Amino acid sequence: MQVLYFAWVRERIGLPREEIDSSAATVRELVSELAAREDRYAMAFSDLSALRVALDQDLADFDAPLAGVREVAFFPPMTGG
Amino acid sequence: MRIVVQKAPFDFGAEAGAFAAGRTDMGAVVTFTGVVRDLPDDPLKVMEIEHYPGMTERALEKIATEASERWNLGDVLVIHRFGPMTPGEQIMMVATAAPHRVDAFAAAEFLMDYLKSRAPFWKKEITGDGADWVAAKDEDEAALDRW
Repeated sequence: MQVLYFAWVRERIGLPREEIDSSAATVRELVSELAAREDRYAMAFSDLSALRVALDQDLADFDAPLAGVREVAFFPPMTGG
Repeated sequence: MRIVVQKAPFDFGAEAGAFAAGRTDMGAVVTFTGVVRDLPDDPLKVMEIEHYPGMTERALEKIATEASERWNLGDVLVIHRFGPMTPGEQIMMVATAAPHRVDAFAAAEFLMDYLKSRAPFWKKEITGDGADWVAAKDEDEAALDRW
């Protein structure tokens, strides 16, 4: 699946998107896999309350299942307007 | 309904003038414009807005559709910019047209409340001291409860 990062999540991880081969069943499991990779991921995912997630461009929660999902995006709370 | 996400500035006067023009059944048009505000203690050089292409348009359409279902509206316009902007520049605008003003005002406020915390935009303030991502405010999230 494609994993996208925005705003400070993108800056901390150091890239805007990447293809991830994962068998994680939920967003929370995917986060654990990513956080275990390297310090920069662990730092970006250290506080889930400061993060939001979208699955195929719709807001979701961290317990949402990943079956069939093609695009996962992680970002801080939005500040539009 | 028209949703525009663009980097370039927009012409507020032209947009407001053309919005719902000729709709003789619309007795009220409300517009709101968001402007880049300078910081009182630390002059802002640039406000950089990042967004999530694809999801942004989808989220704005969803919010505008919900507004159209909740209130009796003749038309809705949302224009939101991304990229670098300087103080005084217009960031975004919404316009609502309705037969009566109560619907037009309420729908415009609803659109603003929702697009502040449900449309994937992120603001970064760049000053002489460095760059900071703008943190979402608790009151922006709380503002959704009234709808």
